[in-house]
Amino acid sequence: MHLAYPAVLAVLLFCTGLYGVLARRNAILVLMSVELMLNAVNLNLVAFDVWLRDALHAGQALTLFTIAIAAAEIGIGLSIVLMVYRNRGTSDVDRLRDTAEATGPTGPAGPEDTAPDGAADATDPDATAAAQKAEATA
Amino acid sequence: MTTPTLAVLVPLLPFLGAVAGLLLGRTAPGFVRPLAVLPTVTSAVIAVLIAVRQGGGTGGGIRPVDTATELTPTGSVPIELALHIDGFAVLVAVLVGLVASCVQLYSTGYLRDDPRYPSYAALVSLFTSAMFLVVYSGDLMVLLVGWEVMGICSYFLVGHYWETPEARAASLKAFLVTKLGDVPFLIGLFALAADTGSFRITKVLDAVASGGLDHPTVIALLLLAGVAGKSAQFPLHTWLPDAMAGPTPVSALIHAATMVAAGVYFVARLLPVFAASAAALVVLAVMAAVTMVGSALAALAQDDIKRVLAYSTVGQLGYMTGALAVGDRGAAVFHLLSHGAFKALLFLAAGVIIHAAGTNSLAVMSRMTGLRDRIPDAFWTMTVALLALAAIPPFSGFFSKEAVLGAAEHAATGHAESVPGSAGWIVLVSGLLTAVLTAAYATRLWLLAFRPPVTAPRPAGAPTAAGTVEAPDHGRQPVVMNVVLWVLAVPSLAFGITVGVLPDWFDGRSLTPTLTTSVLATGLTLVGGLVTYGAWRHTTALAARVPMGAVAAHPDAEPALSEAEAIATHTPAYGSIASAPDPADPGRLLLGPLHRHAAAGFRMDAVYSALFVRPTQFLAGVVRFLDREVVDTYVRGAGTLPRWLGAAVRRAQTGNVQTYLSALLAGSLVLAVAAVLVAAGA
Amino acid sequence: MTLAAAAPYGFLSPTGVEVSFLLVGLVTFAAALVTVTTKQLVHAALWLVVALGGLAVEYLLLTAEFIAWVQVLIYVGSVVVLLLFGLMLTKAPIGRSPDADSGNRWAALTVAVAAAATLVWVVVDAFRTQWIDLDAPQGTTAVTGAMLFQHWVLPFEALSVLLLAALVGAIVLSRKADAKADAKADAGTGGAESPADAAGPADKERQR
Repeated sequence: MHLAYPAVLAVLLFCTGLYGVLARRNAILVLMSVELMLNAVNLNLVAFDVWLRDALHAGQALTLFTIAIAAAEIGIGLSIVLMVYRNRGTSDVDRLRDTAEATGPTGPAGPEDTAPDGAADATDPDATAAAQKAEATA
Repeated sequence: MTTPTLAVLVPLLPFLGAVAGLLLGRTAPGFVRPLAVLPTVTSAVIAVLIAVRQGGGTGGGIRPVDTATELTPTGSVPIELALHIDGFAVLVAVLVGLVASCVQLYSTGYLRDDPRYPSYAALVSLFTSAMFLVVYSGDLMVLLVGWEVMGICSYFLVGHYWETPEARAASLKAFLVTKLGDVPFLIGLFALAADTGSFRITKVLDAVASGGLDHPTVIALLLLAGVAGKSAQFPLHTWLPDAMAGPTPVSALIHAATMVAAGVYFVARLLPVFAASAAALVVLAVMAAVTMVGSALAALAQDDIKRVLAYSTVGQLGYMTGALAVGDRGAAVFHLLSHGAFKALLFLAAGVIIHAAGTNSLAVMSRMTGLRDRIPDAFWTMTVALLALAAIPPFSGFFSKEAVLGAAEHAATGHAESVPGSAGWIVLVSGLLTAVLTAAYATRLWLLAFRPPVTAPRPAGAPTAAGTVEAPDHGRQPVVMNVVLWVLAVPSLAFGITVGVLPDWFDGRSLTPTLTTSVLATGLTLVGGLVTYGAWRHTTALAARVPMGAVAAHPDAEPALSEAEAIATHTPAYGSIASAPDPADPGRLLLGPLHRHAAAGFRMDAVYSALFVRPTQFLAGVVRFLDREVVDTYVRGAGTLPRWLGAAVRRAQTGNVQTYLSALLAGSLVLAVAAVLVAAGA
Repeated sequence: MTLAAAAPYGFLSPTGVEVSFLLVGLVTFAAALVTVTTKQLVHAALWLVVALGGLAVEYLLLTAEFIAWVQVLIYVGSVVVLLLFGLMLTKAPIGRSPDADSGNRWAALTVAVAAAATLVWVVVDAFRTQWIDLDAPQGTTAVTGAMLFQHWVLPFEALSVLLLAALVGAIVLSRKADAKADAKADAGTGGAESPADAAGPADKERQR
């Protein structure tokens, strides 16, 4: 089998995951996208291991380790997301903006009560969308 | 001890006293008074000792003592710690020692409860030390050190009552105006040293005698500016009347007897330098004439007793500069000595009067009865001093003033070599005119202060007549103050008898009054006094109709408190610091329409304001405009660009992790592509 | 080095394995795409199952048998279930949610497409002539067990420690969140505006 097939498939899956990480709003969906990226790497590892016929099978061993680590990561990630959700009432990544540049010397503030004038254009549609989402949920 | 050693001790002792007083003033208040009085008195005694050794009245005296030591090389023109002790120096030193001792003694009573007495006494000691330094110094730079130390002491002491705005303004004005003269003075000293190659007075005089002075007029005029500032000569005299906001002893010591005489003394020391330029002598004569006449007119219009005396000081200093202008420094220093004694006495007596009357306003005193009986010592000594001031024959002022007028006549008739006759005439005429005015204001002062209104004849036992007030009862004046008055009254009374021996101490020129000027001047003096008396008889009736009086009575407090309050309340009570709207003032009648201008010192302050203050303020405004609107614009512009960039960068800080991550990955992607391309290209 | 000369096996005559790999790969890729684009959050998780399952088939095709079963067990069996639990616990909306994608979508698309283009170009350029010989199976369970417990036993044990740490960490995080949530609930009823409430009234309503 041509090595290019698994390699290209891995690339496509990785970039799909990349898009998901960058574009998804819900933190759990972001985690799913991360899983996709990890799996793309796993595919690469397995393909190259098989291609190289490694005596130690380092690629496959590493794949197994990656799977285990991914499981741990998903556990920790989910617990973090849960805690954020309990504290903030949301798990939307783009609404967790405590590190945004504040407009005044009053220190960090929530993104909605003091939106920086520069970010106002970007946040306003999101805020309205979030409100709609909240209504839909309720 | 040798004479130089003693002479070094004279300035050193008060200096050490001042340092010790400043250091111990807070921790050991008990030592302050001895530390103030003892070094000064000791210095005065040593000064007398030096005078006895040096002059001794032995006919021609001994050769002047000249000794010098160089502390460190100072470049092309050496600066040495030099002594130059001749007849002038020893006599002026005796005067300084006497007046300073009297003032220190007087201050112990006058400022006995003042919380700032330690620093006050230390500053007076420091001032005394500086004045001794000026008197004995044989090096112009060392003299300048003493000169400037006196200036700063004067600044601090004028501002002693710094709680009052008058004192603050007066101290600043005194400092700035004298500095205005000191800058050309310093340049003049440098020019003099450049021409003669030395700061030593003897060498300078030798060089001048051998014609080594290239620019005599320029140097003389530059030095004259400093002299005019320090000795309060026109046009730099305006600080002296305002300086009366200081305590009375300070006025007596610094602004009457010693510091203001330093300028005269300096010219006397370097008279050959001035005599080398006829133009400088004429300028000096005109300056003296304007000063004399103007200040005498102004003195006639003042209401504050101390301002009368201050203008009188300016006028008497004018006599001295007049004597210098006609080339007779013996007469000048003679008048300096006698004036120092009687003017110090006048001021100290005025301090007693102000305390006893509770006011410094002559208008209020003229309505006061019984003032004479409360302070008999001050009354009698002040009478003596005023007679001396008016130059009535047996008193010291007569002899010294006649010496000046005689010298002027000598020059006017062309008998003095190297002195232009015009200078002699200017001094003579203005001196005679001033004699009339001096008699007038002395009489006015005496009448207003001590004579109750004549139109208040009241039956025995009747209450006080309308418009008059009884002098407040302050009890007896401190003994030490009265003693000092009598000590100073002696030279005022009898200094004239030394007229026969004094030439031995000076240049040897006779100081005996000449017949013509004596008769003329004494006659004019009597005319001035009598006219004033007549005017007073005429106006005093008005006093009863216009009651005035704001009296600060503090029977138990120190005398200085009354004075400070009197100074502070004069402007609110009478509308001006200098005059009072008193129709009973004979000066008003005598001066007529001139009174208004004379009271304001002929608007010199307004002239200065227009000439210097407003342009300076305008320039300051321009500079402020340039700084704020032009320079700051660039500064702000330099700040704006980074601020805009910062704002732009701040927009990137949205707090959205996904945005950050996108930028990060896009950046790494670009880097990766670049790396691949480079690798492929290579 | 031309394609024909270097490669004994041409792209135009695919083997059966290759055809299978391509087809399954297409399905996998499509499932992944749906996963990251769908508006329905639960569907995304389910499409993720398809994509992960597809990958397991690809592992089988690459003769990595053990990996494939582990993939199915762990990913499909546990990770996706965990994710679904997470979705439920965060009260993710069931049904279409119009705002599943953030405002960063176009930037993300640009970056992803550029990355894909670059990587595909590089990978194809590098490996287009390479051939995987699949005659001998490379990842049977016996082989994998032997290499795992002969050569990789130490990392394996270290990994178990890591998993334990992750387990403890997850528990600790959850417990803290509980305590805080309780404290906040107590304080919130008192009317105090705590910083966490800055999310806005809409979220508070949703919490209720």
